[in-house]
Amino acid sequence: MADKPTRDGFGEGLLELGKTHPNVVALSGDLEDSARAIWFKKQYPNRFFSVGIAEQDMIGTAAGLAIAGKIPFACSFSQFVTGKTLEQLRMAVCYQQLNVKVVGSHGGLSVGADGATAEALEELTVMRSLPHMTVVVPCDALEAKRATIASADYSGPVYLRLGRSPVPIMTKETDPFQIGRANVLRSGDDVTIVACGVMVYHALQAAEQLAKEDIQARVINVHTIKPIDRPALVAAAKETGAIVTAEEHTIVGGLGGAVAEVVVQTHPVPMRFVGVQDRFGTSGDPAELLKAFHLMPDDIVKAVKDVLKLKQSALGSRL
Amino acid sequence: MTIAPRPNVSALKQVAVELRQTILRTIARAGSGHPGGSLSMVELLIGLYWYKLRHDPARPTWPDRDLFLLSKGHGCPALYAVLASRGYFPNEELLTLRRYPTRLQGHPERGSVPGVEIAAGSLGQGLSMANGIALADRLDGRARRIFCLMGDGEIQEGQVWEAAMTAHHHKLESVCAIIDANQLQQNGPVKEIQDIEPLAEKWRAFGWHAIEIDGHDLAQVLKAYDEAEMLKGKPQVIVARTVKGKGVSFMELNPAWHGVAPKPDELERALKELQAVSL
Repeated sequence: MADKPTRDGFGEGLLELGKTHPNVVALSGDLEDSARAIWFKKQYPNRFFSVGIAEQDMIGTAAGLAIAGKIPFACSFSQFVTGKTLEQLRMAVCYQQLNVKVVGSHGGLSVGADGATAEALEELTVMRSLPHMTVVVPCDALEAKRATIASADYSGPVYLRLGRSPVPIMTKETDPFQIGRANVLRSGDDVTIVACGVMVYHALQAAEQLAKEDIQARVINVHTIKPIDRPALVAAAKETGAIVTAEEHTIVGGLGGAVAEVVVQTHPVPMRFVGVQDRFGTSGDPAELLKAFHLMPDDIVKAVKDVLKLKQSALGSRL
Repeated sequence: MTIAPRPNVSALKQVAVELRQTILRTIARAGSGHPGGSLSMVELLIGLYWYKLRHDPARPTWPDRDLFLLSKGHGCPALYAVLASRGYFPNEELLTLRRYPTRLQGHPERGSVPGVEIAAGSLGQGLSMANGIALADRLDGRARRIFCLMGDGEIQEGQVWEAAMTAHHHKLESVCAIIDANQLQQNGPVKEIQDIEPLAEKWRAFGWHAIEIDGHDLAQVLKAYDEAEMLKGKPQVIVARTVKGKGVSFMELNPAWHGVAPKPDELERALKELQAVSL
């Protein structure tokens, strides 16, 4: 199947929800084309609300729609829909436990040429810190579509992070998909690679490479960062003894932090975080940026080897 | 549309005195709270809860009820006093204000007690929610009014003006904003902290129908709600000129009473002053 951006999967999912869920409505701050909500807008013009370039008002308006029984999808760039609106998301959406779906396209470095101001690299940390918020990062367009549809039937606030650049489709319709339930994409007992979003593909490639060196890596797609799948992570820690996390996001408090919070309190094992090293993004071709920021399969392989050394020395010290 | 006969204003004046006394007693009991901005909005709430609002305390979640959204959350002692007085919850519960564990939070929590429609406390957010409700109501063919009360300091928040544009753009005639223009904010007069005048003209420039009144004159308040309701095709704003700390001489227009509870002797004096007016 051809590569496709996750934002397209969202656009398709929202369009389908238009048919199946009469209460689903959408809003955008003049970015409905980028976020692919424009397909819904064209099909259901009376259920789409333009609020202008005013993200704070968009989230407040979405909260009002939810109070009156609608399921609003509020769409913009990841950075703007979470960054400008933190106070609105906190009080109007999360504190009131409203059924608002916050959709951020252009998450991570895959924005590319537009540069740092539009490249959301910290929002997963911030979103998962909000009580009642659910955080979902689909790995491909199909998963994005399924996550969109699932989020409409999932009560309460959800943040959905999407990407701009095409990524390979690696999931299948027949795969299970449930918000909060991680999927093991490859089995292995030497080490676990936990990834989300575009990094899932890189994790699978890294696992291929490692297999050639007789290292069997388990790959887990943690599409839901909150609530995180604790049993899957605890099992990975116990059964593989070492974990590498991989995310197109800062290593400060994102997927890596969420996994570590579970692991260190249940079954501590050596960990390594592959991600953006506490810095802003920059302009460039997305593929180029993923290399420059050390988010490639090779970087995961290197982290796996590092963490395996720690695992070995930990085992050695126990002898 | 026919407008119901307006109630007798002199009876409502007595209600205002009692509400002000209740507000001060509950804040004094809590030991903290915002008396100034609670006292300034009393007549505006009376005009709604004793006249304009289609509501039923026995059925607080009645789907077709009119909605009152308190955006200036620090004024909640006034809302709580009104709701208790109308029978939404027992009067005795007012004494739990701000005391753990209580349903009467220092700033309102949505649904914590019947009649509290939204959370507030982070200023500037209520009008956006009012707009969202109005948009949903339009889709559902539900005819009801949505009132949103804001402070004059509050409208320095940029989100208010984003929402003002949205209400105008979508012609949300069911939305009625009320501004309790009590002249003061936490650190001093609004005109010194950041001037927001000319208020009515600003809202008119944003496409709203603006009605300017004396917000303590009940006859004007009731009339303004009627005028707003009759207006079609655009949102309405009632710019209510009020006095922060209204009814208590030593609190009126004194910034020191923005967020301080009266001590027992101060409470005593305030209650007496209010009583004298009602006699």
